[in-house]
Amino acid sequence: MYSYNRYDRALVQARVQQFRDQVSRRLSGKLSEEEFLPLRLQNGVYLQRHAYMLRVAIPYGTLSSEQLRTLAEVADRYDRGYGHFTTRQNIQFNWLELEQVPDILQLLADQEMHAIQTSGNCVRNITTEAFAGVAADELIDPRPLAEIMRQWSTANPEFLFLPRKFKIAISSSENDRAAVRAHDIGLYLYRGKSGEHRLRVLVGGGLGRTPVLSQVIREELPWQHLLTYVEAILRVYNRHGRRDNKYKARIKILLRSLGVEAFAREVEAEWALIRDGAGELTREEYERVARDFGPPAYESLDTADMAYGRHLTLSADFARWVETNTHAHKVSGYASVVVSTKAGEGAPPGDLDSDQMRGVAHLADVYGFGEIRVAHEQNLVLPDIRKRDLYMLWQALAELKLATPNIGLLTDVIACPGGDYCSLANTRSLPVAAAIQQRFRDLDLLHDLGSLSLNISGCMNACGHHHIGNIGILGVNKNDEEFFQLTIGGQKGRNSKLGKVIGPAFRAEEVPEAIERLLEAYRQLRETDETFADTVQRVGIGPFRETVYARESVVAGGVS
Amino acid sequence: MKNVITLKNGSPEHDPSDPWVLLEAGADVMGSDTPIILPFAHWLEHSQARAPDPRQGVLLGPDEDPLRLVPAVSHLPLIALQFPDFRDGRAYSQANLLRLRYGFRGDLRAVGDVLRDQLLLMRHCGFSSFAIREDKPVLDALEGLRGFDEVYARSVANPVPRYRRQSLKPNAHRVSGTD
Repeated sequence: MYSYNRYDRALVQARVQQFRDQVSRRLSGKLSEEEFLPLRLQNGVYLQRHAYMLRVAIPYGTLSSEQLRTLAEVADRYDRGYGHFTTRQNIQFNWLELEQVPDILQLLADQEMHAIQTSGNCVRNITTEAFAGVAADELIDPRPLAEIMRQWSTANPEFLFLPRKFKIAISSSENDRAAVRAHDIGLYLYRGKSGEHRLRVLVGGGLGRTPVLSQVIREELPWQHLLTYVEAILRVYNRHGRRDNKYKARIKILLRSLGVEAFAREVEAEWALIRDGAGELTREEYERVARDFGPPAYESLDTADMAYGRHLTLSADFARWVETNTHAHKVSGYASVVVSTKAGEGAPPGDLDSDQMRGVAHLADVYGFGEIRVAHEQNLVLPDIRKRDLYMLWQALAELKLATPNIGLLTDVIACPGGDYCSLANTRSLPVAAAIQQRFRDLDLLHDLGSLSLNISGCMNACGHHHIGNIGILGVNKNDEEFFQLTIGGQKGRNSKLGKVIGPAFRAEEVPEAIERLLEAYRQLRETDETFADTVQRVGIGPFRETVYARESVVAGGVS
Repeated sequence: MKNVITLKNGSPEHDPSDPWVLLEAGADVMGSDTPIILPFAHWLEHSQARAPDPRQGVLLGPDEDPLRLVPAVSHLPLIALQFPDFRDGRAYSQANLLRLRYGFRGDLRAVGDVLRDQLLLMRHCGFSSFAIREDKPVLDALEGLRGFDEVYARSVANPVPRYRRQSLKPNAHRVSGTD
């Protein structure tokens, strides 16, 4: 993984000093809250319902075991012993005092981590998929370009006061596991005809109250032009994006008002004037960064391992976990392991306590190369595990309550922190997640239901990405009462789709029953091996709606 | 203007005797000896009627296109860019264009909601003077231009991005690239 050079270190250290000074000026009253607000946001600090929250960047989801231990230390010393991993490869600590934040940032900076631009109207953490560099279906390792963009966007003076937040994701696999199409800029990296690196550039994705999937504005962009092209997009946006209404300020609204062709023309015209200057990326720089992402010292292993095969035959539980929680690796004899944070009740999606963090860090050292990834789905990944070690690792993870075999299944719920923490949320998403996980504990049933994503957002800001869940749940508040609206048919990845609302919303306690009927409908309607998403695609939402609202015992809440 | 910080040979100084006066929209220009900064619409009217005047600068609002200043860029002594709110970042891009694309060499001044914690960004984007918001202590604001001030990306102040600069690679004997 990327290790900081002298300059990278100096920058994060200087940033800690700068923020320490700003905090002390805020505390002494020299800075008003209004003046301080964007400064603290650009350093990851939110004021939440109960306390300050710090969102720490995990650039493109890559962590060393030492860094994970540092996060555990932050959780113990400053929070209540746990942290929350988000859908954009960040970790959030929820119970902080403002005065403590500079010390936390110092701890992070000493381990080459930061919280820079994890919030605010600027370019946020650059994300990619958790299996970058190791996935069997990967075309090109996206991490060097992600790191290059991280550097380029960090403290970029022209683009720190954009009309609104700005999210960039890059993916380079057959399957997009980075929700690229839900980003302001989405990049697909691929090989051109003669093997050279090319980019497909998509713009204007974003969920929130106006969910939109991004559209292609450029094909076959040579990699050397990545930074100037992104610069051109951002300059057009910075100059012309709306600033009069925060709900119409994302780039997707500009794209919609200009139309995709006119927007692309603006970008191309701007880019034509800057493309061949000093902003062009050099091969030397690409190689300098890429060197840090070179493959670790893999052993030369057989695809089949005798002991591993025996464990698979003897233990159905192990075999089931391997089936759902491991991912094909590009190197023979290895697998990537997904560490499920979704053990069910008492384990909110994405939460890990400090013992679990240290436990995973230890396992990464013992069985891997000391590296951990954070997935969009709020799970962790151990990217490089010898298949012959999987059985031992499985047992160790089970002791940490991190081996629930539910990756990609219904209970692998993506959820925002909701009203229990967030000051924007108007409903509590976590109790709904817990109730669903409680209701669907039967592993045989879960496996029978197969691949199914369920996303919960506590409000229309859509941090739980409910629009692109196969089943989406959106919390809405009416007359101070919480209701939950169901959408189905959403999909992420290359064939992203926005889900459709199936009917009137439900009270929290009715949601598990409604989901159950939805799944009942699916089991009746599906054809052999057809996933939930495919069934919805084939038959439409009508038959599902009929089943869900058929009986009178479910009294719909009357909010649509 | 009061509360002005200017870059003199690159280093920031408070200039208590800054002569420029920001003209209110609609006020009378005639008969004034002091250098004045005219709102863009006002300036447009006057610049066409008269020869270039070293005592006349122009104030550009955030939604006005700097492209329209191009005919006058070579002789304008001062262009002021407006920050109606410090969270409105359009002037950073305008500054970049005026300096790098349109070749403006005169004084580029930040006016409006100009605060200590954004001065470094402004300097990077090519501003050369800063009219600090009048209720703020100017000497305190000077601190905003001290300290660590390097970024990865290229900027007006650092036209070559970090990775193309020799200092990053002390052992490299050549700088690759096409610039």
